[in-house]
Amino acid sequence: MTRALIIENARILDPASRRDMNGAVLCDDGRILDVVAGAAPGAPANVTRVDAGGLILAPGLIDMRVFTGEPGFEYRETLMSASRAAAAGGVTSFVMMPDANPVIDDAALVDFVLRRARDTANVNVLPSAALTKGLAGTDITEFGLLKEAGAICLTDGRRTVADTAVLRAAFTYAANFGMPVVHHVADAALVADGVMNEGLFATGLGLKGIPREAETIPLERDLQLAALTGVRYHAAQISCAASVEIVRRHKKSNAMISCGVSINSLTLNENDVGAYKTFFKLNPPLRSETDRQAVVAALGAGVIDVIHSDHDPQDSEVKRQPFAEAANGAIGLETMLAAALRLHHADEIGLMDLLGAMTCRPARILGLSAGRIAKGAPADLILVDPDYPWVVSEAAIRSRARNTAFEGARFSGKVMATFVGGVEVFRHTGE
Amino acid sequence: MAELDAIQATTPLFAHRHLLGIAHLDPLEITGLLDHAEAMIPVSRAKKSLKTLSGKTQINLFFENSTRTQASFEIAGKRLGALVVNMSVKTSSVAKGETLIDTAATLNAMQPDVIVIRHSAAGAVELLSQKVGCSVINAGDGAHEHPTQALLDALTIRRHKGRLDGLTVAICGDIANSRVARSNLMLLNTMNVRTRVVAPRTLLPSGIESLCAEVFTDMRDGLIDADVVMMLRLQHERASGRMIPSVREYFRFYGLDADKLALARPDALVMHPGPMNRGVEIDPAIADGAQSVINEQVEMGVAVRMAVLEALIGDRAEAAP
Repeated sequence: MTRALIIENARILDPASRRDMNGAVLCDDGRILDVVAGAAPGAPANVTRVDAGGLILAPGLIDMRVFTGEPGFEYRETLMSASRAAAAGGVTSFVMMPDANPVIDDAALVDFVLRRARDTANVNVLPSAALTKGLAGTDITEFGLLKEAGAICLTDGRRTVADTAVLRAAFTYAANFGMPVVHHVADAALVADGVMNEGLFATGLGLKGIPREAETIPLERDLQLAALTGVRYHAAQISCAASVEIVRRHKKSNAMISCGVSINSLTLNENDVGAYKTFFKLNPPLRSETDRQAVVAALGAGVIDVIHSDHDPQDSEVKRQPFAEAANGAIGLETMLAAALRLHHADEIGLMDLLGAMTCRPARILGLSAGRIAKGAPADLILVDPDYPWVVSEAAIRSRARNTAFEGARFSGKVMATFVGGVEVFRHTGE
Repeated sequence: MAELDAIQATTPLFAHRHLLGIAHLDPLEITGLLDHAEAMIPVSRAKKSLKTLSGKTQINLFFENSTRTQASFEIAGKRLGALVVNMSVKTSSVAKGETLIDTAATLNAMQPDVIVIRHSAAGAVELLSQKVGCSVINAGDGAHEHPTQALLDALTIRRHKGRLDGLTVAICGDIANSRVARSNLMLLNTMNVRTRVVAPRTLLPSGIESLCAEVFTDMRDGLIDADVVMMLRLQHERASGRMIPSVREYFRFYGLDADKLALARPDALVMHPGPMNRGVEIDPAIADGAQSVINEQVEMGVAVRMAVLEALIGDRAEAAP
């Protein structure tokens, strides 16, 4: 059985090699066979040929932070529905957070996720495993057995380990098995019952604020422990200018650290909360415009490595509540690329860097061969029209949950087709 | 008493009042103690009692529970004719420092010739040795030293391999909390053994790379071509989440089983200071297998302790300057 595929007449954009050329990509058996400039070579009649029509052909996106609802919260999202949303958004691989019920903290549960993904998902699901048992922050999980079962990294998902000694042991033990640790940085005691960025705006709305120090203090702690232990450390998401400076300083002496930023923190700010719009209630909270500009600049400068969707499906039951009582989180798989292209159109960051933060950079952190257009790499590819105009409508969302922060948003740029392992899993049809 | 004379003739000059640790010994002293212990083996095996320590008093002062080490010292002393008194001291309720000094003064008044001490605190034995007028043998102080264990391990190895020099010994397990590991590393390094340490990073103490030839976090790599595989006991309380997530993971990656042992030399010795956690750090089949010398270690323990007692308080020892 052959799954040969030629995508021709494409503008090939490969952030890993920073190649930008017109040409064709030849794939077979799930992998990229060759990348050629200009016209595609002839091929047997049974080879599928796709005319890109001059669209951008980029590596499929790798999203490092996706919550689903499976197992345990299937009414929010299943691996199947998440993967359909991912395919439509050009995400060909996503890291599934362990915040499920039961928590993914055991090799048998990693195996379950992989089997469910194999049977129901049409993109690559990369299960992360809990850093501590039950996400409780006290006892480390079986990193060696979890790695053997196929866990891609270790993380406590939405939670931050508070006990510094536990964290040191976890980092040390993770370094022992060469497992990357992805850590959300929020000091729970400082966050307390805060619900949005601390400042004048929160005060005006009568809402309790979350200071930036709730992020910078655990971030600084983590990075010092990372240097002590030699762990491969990734700060899941930073949201403010002060955090950027901390990461910049530590990167000078530690090549094993990296950090991510949510697409929300890059493209929205606290003003979007407006009149208590709970779909903008996020964790970390949307910060000021100054902070947003700082994280955008840091992304361009390489201080921030990765953009992720922070896809967090929540049902209306928990979202349609008074702001302070509503759940955190917004979905984002389908809109991440389109929202990111806003930064490109606004000349805030180049297209190559923008795509790199969603392809080769997460691949390098996670040790994946995907995220690049090169011989031998998986044939995970997307066709993108960077100028295609469209409006986000709730009705068209593929996720089970509807809590998008971009309802009604006007975007320029859309994924027109998505290929996973050389197989087309999404194609945009109609207006 | 020709046998006895022969043994006394091999008793080396041992210019130390106490045996507090391997750190104080040079290669000649170690070799001398091992040779002397070697000579004690037939005595020990014949279950004869010598009279070399006749009239001497040995107090075994154990602040930490121990069955085998205390019994081993007791038998060693009795086989040399010494009067042996066992004292077990509970440390829980009293402030340790005060208890220790008070106890030392009390014991000193009883005029013993040697006190064998085990204590949970590193340095406690040395502190006590400064407060008494007799010889002191360290039977284990915290995670610091356990010199007679290292000597009996060396004797066991030497008897099987004919030498120590040039061998490769892999010490595996809870290095961070092990006095056995520290004493063995010091002795083996002194005797020109190629020492390896094998453990997950959470059980490796800071600076360990300066105390051995090689450090391995992958046990399979660490056992390749080893002449001796020395397993350490994993305290159960350490396998419950903080430093080690579970016993099953520990055994999977750091337990000695047939697959891992096959990477060592075919004639590699398997050792364990006891007491063993079967199925935690060692597969029962390996512990009881053909390469295991674990029971022999216990036997060598008596011979080594006889040699140490004679070296410290035997008549030759008293005659030493």
